[in-house]
Amino acid sequence: MSRTTEYLPSLDTGSDDHRQDHDKITSGSLAGRGMLGVFGVAVVVGALTWLPFGSVNWARWIVVTLISYIVGTYAVARIVESPRQATDRLATAVVSSAFALVLLPLISVIWTVIDKGSNRFDWQFYSETMRGVVGEGGGAYHAIIGTLIITGLTALFAVPFGLFTAIYLVEYGGNSRFAKAVTGLVDVMTGIPSIVAGLFAYALFVLIDGPGHRSGLAGAIALTLLMTPVVVRASEEMLRLVPNELREASYALGVPKWKTIVKVVLPTAIAGILTGIVLAIARVIGETAPLLVTAGLAQGTNWNPLDGRMTTLPVYTYQAYKFPTLPPQASIDRAWAAALTLVIIVAVLFTAARLLSSILKPQGLK
Amino acid sequence: MLFSFNTFSESEHVMTDTDTGSASAQQSSAEADDQLFSKDTGKLGDRVFRGLSFGAAGLILVTLAAVAIFLFKEGLPTFTGDQDELDNAESFLSYVGPLIFGTVYISALALLIATPVAVAVALYISHYSPRKLSHTLGYFIDILAAIPSVVYGIWGIGVLAPILSGSLYPWLDDYASFLPFFGSDINVSTSGRTMLTVAIVLAVMILPIITAISREVFLQTPRLHEEASLALGATRWEMVRQAVIPYGRSGVISGAMLGLGRALGETMAVAIILSPADGYFWNIITNSNSNTIAANIALQFPESSGLEVNRLIATGLVLFMITFVVNAIARKIANTGFSGADG
Repeated sequence: MSRTTEYLPSLDTGSDDHRQDHDKITSGSLAGRGMLGVFGVAVVVGALTWLPFGSVNWARWIVVTLISYIVGTYAVARIVESPRQATDRLATAVVSSAFALVLLPLISVIWTVIDKGSNRFDWQFYSETMRGVVGEGGGAYHAIIGTLIITGLTALFAVPFGLFTAIYLVEYGGNSRFAKAVTGLVDVMTGIPSIVAGLFAYALFVLIDGPGHRSGLAGAIALTLLMTPVVVRASEEMLRLVPNELREASYALGVPKWKTIVKVVLPTAIAGILTGIVLAIARVIGETAPLLVTAGLAQGTNWNPLDGRMTTLPVYTYQAYKFPTLPPQASIDRAWAAALTLVIIVAVLFTAARLLSSILKPQGLK
Repeated sequence: MLFSFNTFSESEHVMTDTDTGSASAQQSSAEADDQLFSKDTGKLGDRVFRGLSFGAAGLILVTLAAVAIFLFKEGLPTFTGDQDELDNAESFLSYVGPLIFGTVYISALALLIATPVAVAVALYISHYSPRKLSHTLGYFIDILAAIPSVVYGIWGIGVLAPILSGSLYPWLDDYASFLPFFGSDINVSTSGRTMLTVAIVLAVMILPIITAISREVFLQTPRLHEEASLALGATRWEMVRQAVIPYGRSGVISGAMLGLGRALGETMAVAIILSPADGYFWNIITNSNSNTIAANIALQFPESSGLEVNRLIATGLVLFMITFVVNAIARKIANTGFSGADG
């Protein structure tokens, strides 16, 4: 049945005898079960693509299903409903398919990392270094230590730096010209490409130590440059959410400004600030490029960030995959295991951030 | 909120100068209490705390100045130093030219792929998905942003490249070779380590940024605009076109520009996946690909010395300037933004 009305498509405005045939308001529409049917047919069409190729390919199945769903929806709605309704359903189908499409790489990345990373997900990998290792075996103990040292140093620099900048912007700066300039510069800092941050740290240490300098500290300086603006942004946003009444109540009780900030403002905003810091750590812990040019690559454990090369997990992953030693498969397995470790660390940090924000949420604030 | 706070601290200053210790003042007893109870600790603590936060803010300025100065200082010898030290005696411009081309070309491709999908995903989360689910769905997209770039890199070369070179690239070579991007005069890549693969991986990486910003502005669409449109009989899609998209347009554009800035500076995914060559290449599915500035630095730096390092730093400075301009444009659009629906 095709419609002729061009407006109010979901309310049937057809003739009276027409309405008697279908007492429901949804008559002549695809609401509910109709769309499910179209989707079901699309899944089957997608499955049919197995036949000519003779093998199961999940990606192709999903892509063909989505395309037939989009086309099928439009065609069926065009026949059963009105052109306007068909366009609406087309848009819905396209938009939801886009979301499904984006989940594909996400699922694929996580699945691949778990699948290939589990080959070397063993105790040896976490307890041994690459010193003297030829071919199979070896581990990433030194890279984990390096990651912890460099990320720890970075947090040590970037958290106070970023937090105090945010406190300045919210509590002291106000609308002054300097505060506005700093806000703009934080924006610029956010946009610094990570490799440029690495080159800066390298150039800085060339002045101190001469060309060819490599150290964990230089890596931490580069990462600080990347982490600080993230901390500033997150903390600033949270500090601004603290109601001014709290500050005024504190002043009214005779508490000096700095104590008000430490005892009233920061505790109120602490959940959001900590969440922001943890997410910022999750961001820099996966950085590769700046460490490649500053901290370099070492085969053994280096506990001293002031002297000598220091490997981190991302650089380890890159090196093991891009420049595999013989036999290549052993090296590539190590790379995936390191990638898996990295993803687990990021996932743990992400979960921690979520937990922190729900545990520390100030009472009485909505 | 902030304004009232400022006037407050200013009045405190005045009170200190005139030294009105009594609490009889009508304005506010807070300053007086401040005077009465915390004469010693308060003032010193305040000064220290103020100094610390002012110092941190100032350090931001110093740091950025240092970035510019050090990069410039270490990059300059490229032009003044002994050119014979470089492996090939070409001018800096002809060295960096193909790199700039590759950087901009690949990033633009990534943006072209990512933006429509990102906007659709943002619309899905903000206006189509069940309301209770939308928060969780947004979380999925955030995870996409949290995966380290080196993991995307090895996924791109280990998983995506073989799939594409086995399916999409031969198809494009057969049926779309009339386009210069898929021209048939050169053999199509069998390894899949091409500019198109890199662009797709970069698109996945920048999609969360564009989605997050678009989602925010879509959610800010005035409810009355949406309801007015629906009340006039518009379908959901018509409502989105009439109310949501015009309102969010500038937000989407600024999100896309920020995503572009991110793609321009992305290093590892490109360095791992791309099979680079020196020159300008339009064809995006062959083994001859223009490299990007960032990936070139990552690949060359560990084995460079002397003037070569200076040259790489100079290219880094060029990259910094490109991203700076792109980000500045993004902010400018964002700041003038949201005017589409105000009129």
